[in-house]
Amino acid sequence: MIKFDQVTKVYGDKVKAVDNVSFDVPEGNIVVFLGPSGCGKTTTLRMVNRLETITDGKIFVNGTDVNSLNEIELRRKIGYVIQHNGLFPNMTIEDNVMAVPNLIGWDRKKKADRYKYLMDLVGLNPDEYRKRYPHELSGGQQQRVGIARAMAADPPVMLMDEPFGALDPVIRTRIQNEFLQIQQEVKKTILFVSHDIDEAIKMGDAIAIFQNGKLMQYDSPSELLAHPKNEFVREFVGKDRALKSLSLHTVEDLISERMLRKLDGNENSNKKTISVETNLRDALSILLNQEADQLVVQANNKLVGAMKIDDVEAYLHQHIK
Amino acid sequence: MKNKRLLSFVIKLILFTLVASFFAWSFKSGYYQLIIDDSEGFIFLLKQHINMVLLSILLAIVLAIPMGILVTRPKFQKLQWLFMNIANLGQTIPSLAILALAMTWMGIGFKPAVFALFLYSLLPILRNTVAGIKSIDPNLLDAAKGIGYTPAQILLKIELPNAAYPIMAGIRTAVVINIGTAALAYLVGGGGLGDWIFTGIMMRDNSYLLSGAIPVTLLALLADQLVRFIEKLVISKGLRQSITISD
Ligand SMILES: Nc1ncnc2c1ncn2[C@@H]1O[C@H](COP(=O)(O)OP(=O)(O)O)[C@@H](O)[C@H]1O
Ligand SMILES: [Mg+2]
Repeated sequence: MIKFDQVTKVYGDKVKAVDNVSFDVPEGNIVVFLGPSGCGKTTTLRMVNRLETITDGKIFVNGTDVNSLNEIELRRKIGYVIQHNGLFPNMTIEDNVMAVPNLIGWDRKKKADRYKYLMDLVGLNPDEYRKRYPHELSGGQQQRVGIARAMAADPPVMLMDEPFGALDPVIRTRIQNEFLQIQQEVKKTILFVSHDIDEAIKMGDAIAIFQNGKLMQYDSPSELLAHPKNEFVREFVGKDRALKSLSLHTVEDLISERMLRKLDGNENSNKKTISVETNLRDALSILLNQEADQLVVQANNKLVGAMKIDDVEAYLHQHIK
Repeated sequence: MKNKRLLSFVIKLILFTLVASFFAWSFKSGYYQLIIDDSEGFIFLLKQHINMVLLSILLAIVLAIPMGILVTRPKFQKLQWLFMNIANLGQTIPSLAILALAMTWMGIGFKPAVFALFLYSLLPILRNTVAGIKSIDPNLLDAAKGIGYTPAQILLKIELPNAAYPIMAGIRTAVVINIGTAALAYLVGGGGLGDWIFTGIMMRDNSYLLSGAIPVTLLALLADQLVRFIEKLVISKGLRQSITISD
């Protein structure tokens, strides 16, 4: 869907911000651009909708060289979300969300329906917010509106530059989850900039990790964690990469490999109930924080069995190195 | 904090009392009789005064806002320095000197007066237009560009509306200054309420002096309120003092 072909960006005549980068992004995938500050993530992103010129190489969207298109038309067909949502303070929430449909001249009915659909999608009441202004909304609400605006004209491709970077951790986690849910429904092809490895693992179907403008590794999160290609990636991913990769696996995965235990009948043992969809990292942290000695696993409201730290450890050894 | 508020209240009270007793005294002394006795003359001068101010302000708006827009375009960034300096220079020359210069070029009458007032109003409007446009959060412009606004759409739908507050404030400043400065038009034969003020000064006649000066003051206050009212109409509600909301 999106293809980077030996793309290079030089600012002025010295700063090589992006250095000969090539990779393909399949349709419907979220690819996270990851790396330290200044490694070229934003520049790579902004060349796709031509907010930056491409010094060398080519970028194709849906098979078409972006440089062969009218840049205004191109941008209207690509959703764009930035960290500080960039909502227009002079416009109502409705006008903000409908910015692109207004530019391309949709009729009233189509706009009204779309506005309602989008606001419902991002979890804001369409009528309650219609006539309000951005400054009357919290940071999290503003970012939801920013996402709705980017999806307004139903673009197949979205660019998101650290969209949740300015939110506090609790809100960020909630919006990440909501966004993944939205993505299940809309199946956009998304380029997503982040400098947070945990966010990248969580959001990405694939991760492109950059250093000094060079693409270090482009792989699925589990591949990246299991087989970092070089020292830089290993370092960036962190010493706890085994632990991190646990978040890619759920209790269900574990059950498919290992029989669960019978529930320990001991009255004194400290139990806690979790669902099979819980990821193993969360399960492990409950056990480690001594919130419980054993976890009671439920699927469709039925007891499946119990698990302890040893089970997670065994799974870890088997699957993740 | 509390003390400060009390102090400012006391000062306001004293000022108000002074102004009120001044009015009471001047009324009792019959200094405004002139306005009633020569109401035709008064209305004629008042109209002249307002016409001068309106015309010069309109001309200034029509020139200064486009100029401000022009010099904030990336292509013309270099002009900004030049224009601001010229406008600054215009403001540093005393209003009397501008009047004198205008007179040597345009003779006497309404025209040089309007021209001088126009020059004098350029700077506040230009300066505020430039400052207003430049103070817009670059993220807004990036977002607008990124979702496919054309440069003209960015100007009309993002930049100007978001700079409306400082631009209107510049216009308001210019109007108020202009109403006062227009009293000097008498010196080049431009008419206006300055005629009575200067007559009053020369003849040491409080009647003329106050019947000219007090209406000018009231006019300035009224115009200030009028422009504030227009601001309420043209500035988006979204730009009112922002309140911070947490999740
Ligand atoms: N407009 C610009 N002009 C010059 N250099 C720039 C510009 N934008 C970014 N750079 C440089 O390019 C490099 C990559 O920047 P960027 O893509 O913003 O990195 P990231 O998003 O990964 O933090 C940095 O060294 C940065 O200083
Ligand atoms: Mg960046």
